[in-house]
Amino acid sequence: MELLSGADMIVRFLQDEGIEYIYGYPGGAALHIYDALFRQDKVKHILVRHEQAAVHMADGYARATGKPGTVLVTSGPGATNTVTGIATAFMDSIPMVILCGQVASTLIGEDAFQETDMIGVSRPVVKHNMTIRHPEEIPEVLKKAYYIAASGRPGPVVVDIPKDMTTPNERYEYAFPRKVKLRSYNPAVRGHAGQIKKAVDMLLAARRPVIYSGGGVVLGGASAELKELAHNLNFPVTSTLMGLGAFPGTDRQFLGMLGMHGSYEANMVMHHADLILAIGARFDDRVTNATEKFCPGARIVHVDIDPASISKTIDADVPIVGPVDSVLKEMIALLKESKGKPDQDALNAWWKQIGEWRAFHGMRYETGEKLLKPQQVIEALYKVTGGKAFVTSDVGQHQMFAAQYYKFDKPNRWINSGGLGTMGFGFPAAMGVKLNFPDEDVVCVTGEGSIQMNIQELSTCKQYDLPVKIVNLNNQSLGMVRQWQDMNYESRHSHSYMKSLPDFVKLAEAYGHVGMKIERIEDLEPMLEKAFAMKDKLVFLDIYVDPYEHVYPMQVARGSMKDMWLSKTERV
Amino acid sequence: MRRIISVLLENEPGALSRVVGLFSQRNYNIETLTVAPTEDETLSRLTVTTSGSDKVIEQITKQLNKLIEVVKLVDLTEGAHIERELMLIKLKATGAQRAEIKRTVDIFRGQIVDVTSTVYTVQLTGDSDKLDAFIQAIGATAVLEVVRSGVSGIARGEKVLSI
Repeated sequence: MELLSGADMIVRFLQDEGIEYIYGYPGGAALHIYDALFRQDKVKHILVRHEQAAVHMADGYARATGKPGTVLVTSGPGATNTVTGIATAFMDSIPMVILCGQVASTLIGEDAFQETDMIGVSRPVVKHNMTIRHPEEIPEVLKKAYYIAASGRPGPVVVDIPKDMTTPNERYEYAFPRKVKLRSYNPAVRGHAGQIKKAVDMLLAARRPVIYSGGGVVLGGASAELKELAHNLNFPVTSTLMGLGAFPGTDRQFLGMLGMHGSYEANMVMHHADLILAIGARFDDRVTNATEKFCPGARIVHVDIDPASISKTIDADVPIVGPVDSVLKEMIALLKESKGKPDQDALNAWWKQIGEWRAFHGMRYETGEKLLKPQQVIEALYKVTGGKAFVTSDVGQHQMFAAQYYKFDKPNRWINSGGLGTMGFGFPAAMGVKLNFPDEDVVCVTGEGSIQMNIQELSTCKQYDLPVKIVNLNNQSLGMVRQWQDMNYESRHSHSYMKSLPDFVKLAEAYGHVGMKIERIEDLEPMLEKAFAMKDKLVFLDIYVDPYEHVYPMQVARGSMKDMWLSKTERV
Repeated sequence: MRRIISVLLENEPGALSRVVGLFSQRNYNIETLTVAPTEDETLSRLTVTTSGSDKVIEQITKQLNKLIEVVKLVDLTEGAHIERELMLIKLKATGAQRAEIKRTVDIFRGQIVDVTSTVYTVQLTGDSDKLDAFIQAIGATAVLEVVRSGVSGIARGEKVLSI
């Protein structure tokens, strides 16, 4: 057996675990580990400009690949700066390991320089956290961290590493643990066969069915199974914000996103359905609207890896706890075996009704003569990128427009902070994707509010040559806040207006990138083409859009799924 | 409805704070909490009494089960069970009161475990209602100090909570 210091063990473990990139920022308590990083070249470290961005980069990587991201920061402020990023990953169930330096174990509790109780601070926003108590534990604790982060319902795991656990001249035996076992943690490996059979019988008996697919289908890698099941049954499919792409956005059976800013047809189908097959979704308040008015005629089959997500807000008639891919596989096999089919006349009538709803509204917006509409920009982006880009977003109106108008045909391509709604997420997330997919188009759709929350990362992009494209839908205001103020506060725009915006073109240039300003409709597509033709350049596209545009449809607060505003004046 | 949830927990630093944190984070209610190591020193047993609708209790048990360090748990109130709480209570005991307090302690099958010329310290075990009843019988004016352990519970019969 080899003898290694704690710091070398950490780096060696990362190599053995197959971690190619880590994202971080050095500081006192992490310096032994940084020195160990310096003395090797297998694990590459990306130096960000703020620790929050390191977490979002790891997060973007994890969402695009399905593998856990890794972050390394120092104690105190280094660690606390990661908290927003960790909470973002936690809410969206993203696998991630955050290695935090800590003051020496002999100093803990003495209010030492840069000491923060990171275990306590992070506790409510992690799947788990652990402290290294002896250097010999390092390989086992790290193996557990990666296992917990990536298995079951994934999530972030924090490992707190006191500086004296990494002392260079104290060496211990190192062996890479192949396996890990935890007596108190055994995520479900398959669904209950009896429940699956019951669910299949309900699918076959349905007359007005809908599949409600969530982020769990993306995380669980069950896109192929979802497509097969939906196509075999000819059932309509709607998706949450987090699930977009798991079912192809251009498929005839796809209804668009559901919920607060869901499509008219998706929300109508949900409200009138007699059977909802919920897969890897959690009946979040941005989906259900008022829970007591939720889908009155529907029986609910709910498949999820996390038992606590089932019957939390909406009671399930048939709960199935298990990995979505294996449960769906079993459903598909049972359906084939049974040779049964749902009532085709009923299903045809249901599709006819859906067709009428689609014709009544669909996704539409008014175009003007002069001002660019944000929806138009997303449609042009879709066209220019052939619908194939990785699109990350920040939070607000631009996020909803991107979700509504960019039709994702593949999972893991739409990357946004759905649960926590973290402004400042999109740009570093795009960087994390680009680093790992250098040959793909990676776009961050953002607004002038969100982008300024992590704009310093333009510098990181220069250092590591990360040519992402930034599509800044500039409406000179915090659009979604303003929309709510228009709708609920008689247009009193309290602090939702950005009075002193920088010249983003010059700003991009100052960091060594390309900036472009677009104000006219006729410039939109040619400029986008030009930007995307510059494969090796980060291009910041500052696009001035109609500042008064709202996101529609929008569900009426405290109403049912079907109560929506379709424009500033139409309410159904 | 009041529930008694018994939890086997990894006996590790920070595990208890995770359980307590979960309750406050998710707006659940803790009425009493007791915790101590078991005969297997790697495990702690934690008993929490709480209240809420069936839906809330279901979420509490599911969320507790999700904590990595929770090995196993049972809602004791779902079946026949025994619950006990220990109370140490300091009472003003002077003059004629001394005999009266002694009689009441005997009726409740308590023990006087410390005596001074003016004070009795009484030890009493039972379910929470019995302890409440004792305090009521003694009367608030005599009570100097009360310390209660919170509820411990165990299922009746063959059922055991172990790994």
